[in-house]
Amino acid sequence: MHDYPFVFNLTWLIPLPTALAFFAIIFFTNPKKRLSSNVAIGAVIIAWILSWAVAFAFFLKPELTEHPFDLHVPWLPMGEIAFHMGVAVDAVTAGMLFMVGFVLTMIFIYSSGYMTFPGHLDPKQYPEAAKEGLDPRYSRFFAYISLFATGMLGLVVADNLLMLFIFWEIMGLCSYLLIGFWFDKSYPDPNQITPKQAGLKAFLTTRVGDVLFMMGLIFLFIHAGTLNFQAIFANVEFMEELAAATVTLPVFGAVSWAVLISILIFWGAIGKSAQFPLHVWLPDAMEGPTPVSALIHAATMVSAGVYLIVRMAPLFAASSHGVNGAMTFVAFIGAFTALFAATIGVAQKDIKKVLAYSTISQLGYMFAALGIGAWVAAIIHLLVHAFFKALLFLGSGSVIHGVEHGHHHVHEHGHGHDDEHGHEEYFDPQDMFNMGGLLKRMPITGWTFIAGALSLSAFPFITAGFWSKDEILAHAWDGGHMAVYWTLAIGAFLTAFYTFRQVFLTFFGKPRTEAAEHAPESVRAMTWPLIGLAFFAIFGGFVAVPKSFPVFGKIFSDFMIKLMEMQGEFYPFLHVAPAEFHWTPAIISMTLALSGIVVAWLVYGWKPLEAGQPDPLKRWLGPVYTVLEKKYYFDEFYHLIAVRPTLWLASFFARFDRGVIDRIVNWVGAFGRWLAATLRKWFDEYVIDGAVNGVGLVTTWTGAVVRLIQTGQAQTYLLILLLSVAVLLLLIPLR
Amino acid sequence: MTVPLSWYLIFATALFSIGFFGVLARRNAIAVLMGVELMLNAVNVNLVAFWRYLTPTDLSGQIFVVFVFAVAAAEAAVGLALMISIYRTRKSINVDELNELKL
Amino acid sequence: MVGQALFILTAGITLLMALGVVLARNLFHAALFLVGAFFGIAVLFILLEAEFLGAAQIIIYIGAIATLIVFAIMLSRHVMGKEAGAYNRNWYFALAGVVFFFLLLGWLLIKMPFNLVTAEVPADAIAQIGQGFVGHYVVPFEVASVLLLVALIGAIMLARER
Repeated sequence: MHDYPFVFNLTWLIPLPTALAFFAIIFFTNPKKRLSSNVAIGAVIIAWILSWAVAFAFFLKPELTEHPFDLHVPWLPMGEIAFHMGVAVDAVTAGMLFMVGFVLTMIFIYSSGYMTFPGHLDPKQYPEAAKEGLDPRYSRFFAYISLFATGMLGLVVADNLLMLFIFWEIMGLCSYLLIGFWFDKSYPDPNQITPKQAGLKAFLTTRVGDVLFMMGLIFLFIHAGTLNFQAIFANVEFMEELAAATVTLPVFGAVSWAVLISILIFWGAIGKSAQFPLHVWLPDAMEGPTPVSALIHAATMVSAGVYLIVRMAPLFAASSHGVNGAMTFVAFIGAFTALFAATIGVAQKDIKKVLAYSTISQLGYMFAALGIGAWVAAIIHLLVHAFFKALLFLGSGSVIHGVEHGHHHVHEHGHGHDDEHGHEEYFDPQDMFNMGGLLKRMPITGWTFIAGALSLSAFPFITAGFWSKDEILAHAWDGGHMAVYWTLAIGAFLTAFYTFRQVFLTFFGKPRTEAAEHAPESVRAMTWPLIGLAFFAIFGGFVAVPKSFPVFGKIFSDFMIKLMEMQGEFYPFLHVAPAEFHWTPAIISMTLALSGIVVAWLVYGWKPLEAGQPDPLKRWLGPVYTVLEKKYYFDEFYHLIAVRPTLWLASFFARFDRGVIDRIVNWVGAFGRWLAATLRKWFDEYVIDGAVNGVGLVTTWTGAVVRLIQTGQAQTYLLILLLSVAVLLLLIPLR
Repeated sequence: MTVPLSWYLIFATALFSIGFFGVLARRNAIAVLMGVELMLNAVNVNLVAFWRYLTPTDLSGQIFVVFVFAVAAAEAAVGLALMISIYRTRKSINVDELNELKL
Repeated sequence: MVGQALFILTAGITLLMALGVVLARNLFHAALFLVGAFFGIAVLFILLEAEFLGAAQIIIYIGAIATLIVFAIMLSRHVMGKEAGAYNRNWYFALAGVVFFFLLLGWLLIKMPFNLVTAEVPADAIAQIGQGFVGHYVVPFEVASVLLLVALIGAIMLARER
């Protein structure tokens, strides 16, 4: 037994406060909005403190990587063995706890400022909420995100795959509830997806991945007899056997069990982390309130997919001794998604959709890193990305909020043109072409957003994003994965371009609408979390600078890299040697990132767009732009192959119902009516009337008899009791 | 140990039945209560007899009898207090005149 | 043989006393018969080598419960209606039911097999009972004391003049 810091024994408490907050809000504080949000924030702060206590206790004793902490209790006895539930702490968990605890807290605080009375609701319908200036379902929102926080924290500390899966599904549920949070919102354009539909879409799309994930779990359990991570990875022989044993599948032929299980589990991650081809749900998930987008669809939930693969990496590595290992598949999906999503991001108009695609793209980087064996780089990019992406999302939320306020301001003090037209023209506060010049109006939001954007574009040397992304690219080059390297490098150029396209369109130039002109800076509950996150988005990378990097390797620390390398060496099959430093890839990626920023400045920053002016890219790219704008028509494609056939089948059955079943039913009915008309006369008079009168007579008579024993005297009842017991006793000898 | 167990059981059954008859047939509430006491005593006899003949080394049977004592004492005290209370409101403690259970 | 004779004698007297309790028209006589029946049962307890219970029986039943009943009879004596009999209308049903119950249960008990154990009663039986109360049965013991307290308070509340 190793000597663990005491605080590890409290790890199981981490998901608890927010779970309690969820129930407290649902059952008790629901009517009091401010109290509800304070309960939720208090709970998440406790969870944050606990998370950091555990994380720093681990960081202070790096030798614990050799002895991962595992605390469990028997939960479900099954014959000889029992299924154990518990918590585990290793370097990955510690890193995740560090990130998740902080980001969750920032987002909770931000939400308390963000969830004001939404623009799409009619204040007359919710007079009380409108007077308070808060969303009518404010308490409910905090209940949901509390439950979500429970899911994420529980997933991180889980010591086995089943528990992880349970929390995974809790998050899936919360994601559905939160995306569809404004379920009564609708748009004038019938083709635009509504929050209700978006929630459904997210839920059903991830379901595809989750079912496959569950199949993988079942197979793994059949073979391993346990789902505990440490127990599986400690048993090297078992994993080698699993990699050697083959199973013959239809279509694919013979594959090893390890490959099959890995790929099934990876499908779970594809669904959750919105990788190609199950990426379609994430951009539409932006229909949810912005803190949700940050919480679920940037920082935490989507990275759960990456976390899952990080956790299961030894199994993936074990499966890849052959040629067609699962790792190749992971690398392909990751790299392809990284580039594919980046191209779509270039042509989006909605400020949040750009970020959504950049999320998909960045998650692709992480999967590509895992696929080429850059385990450490993937973890570090995961942690760093969460900080700057949460920052960007919260910043965009602040922008949207400001523009919406500006719009209302103009509307209220406006020139009365609405009254003349009778109805308000639809205004999209998320369209970047409705913004411009916001840096002057919202300086804190603007500068923090730019900090996040620099990090996302991997601006050299000073941003966290540069160090983590450079690590992935260095590994790709060093390992000789040239296809992956070039895909990711081009992706990096596009990332820098669309990120700064967004920055220039939103914050620079002149305001293109009156709404943008009157947008106020957001309240402090929203700006402070932005500052906190910006700190980590910039400086978070300084603990993960590789030693081999010239000059900077000497200045900064490689603490995180060392820690994760030690952890990776502990697990079997992982090769975590640090990448050699090469000048060529470093200069190429730096040049690409910087040129992306420069190109964006040339297109959007040099001569800012005027109001009403179309995107200049549209002119230059022509039909390609349309294809990108329509996201390669994936929604239409899925609609064609999945949604339409289902609907067609449904309508076929409906026709069958009307044409055949209904006809039979109608015929039976007609026959019945004819029969009834014929028989009515005598049947009614004799049978029905007789029966009715008979029932009445019997009731009267029975009542008269039974009334005799209903004396109201205890002694009579006792006598009946005695006789009844005696009769029951008689049954014993008769038996 | 010359007395068979069944003698005790028969005796207890007889005592129980007599007590039960009192409960069922007497009109006076105090007499009913006395019947109940007889029934409880019959149960005690059973408990002690079973203890003596089946598990003489384990004294749980005797301990249960003491609990029955406690319940009997509580029942007598509350029962008699109830009668005084009923007498105040009804000027009678004849149980066949008490039919509050009937609406 | 002596034991059997003693049992038959005690049991017979006790049953006669019990019959007296339910048959006596005068309630005061019934209460006196009840005291006799309690005493007979105490003797039976001693025959069963449960001396502690025999003593407790005399103290609790005769000393407390019977006295309480006698008090209640004396308090309510002037309301005893002589106009109606001692039994209610259904007494013959009750008699038939009770006799049937007795025969059936007695027959079942005679037929039923028991695993008889012949062993001596431990010499320190009373000490063991005492330890049982403060050891293994401490929770029921405490509950019983709470029950008695509640009964005490309840009786006072019920009987209080309002």
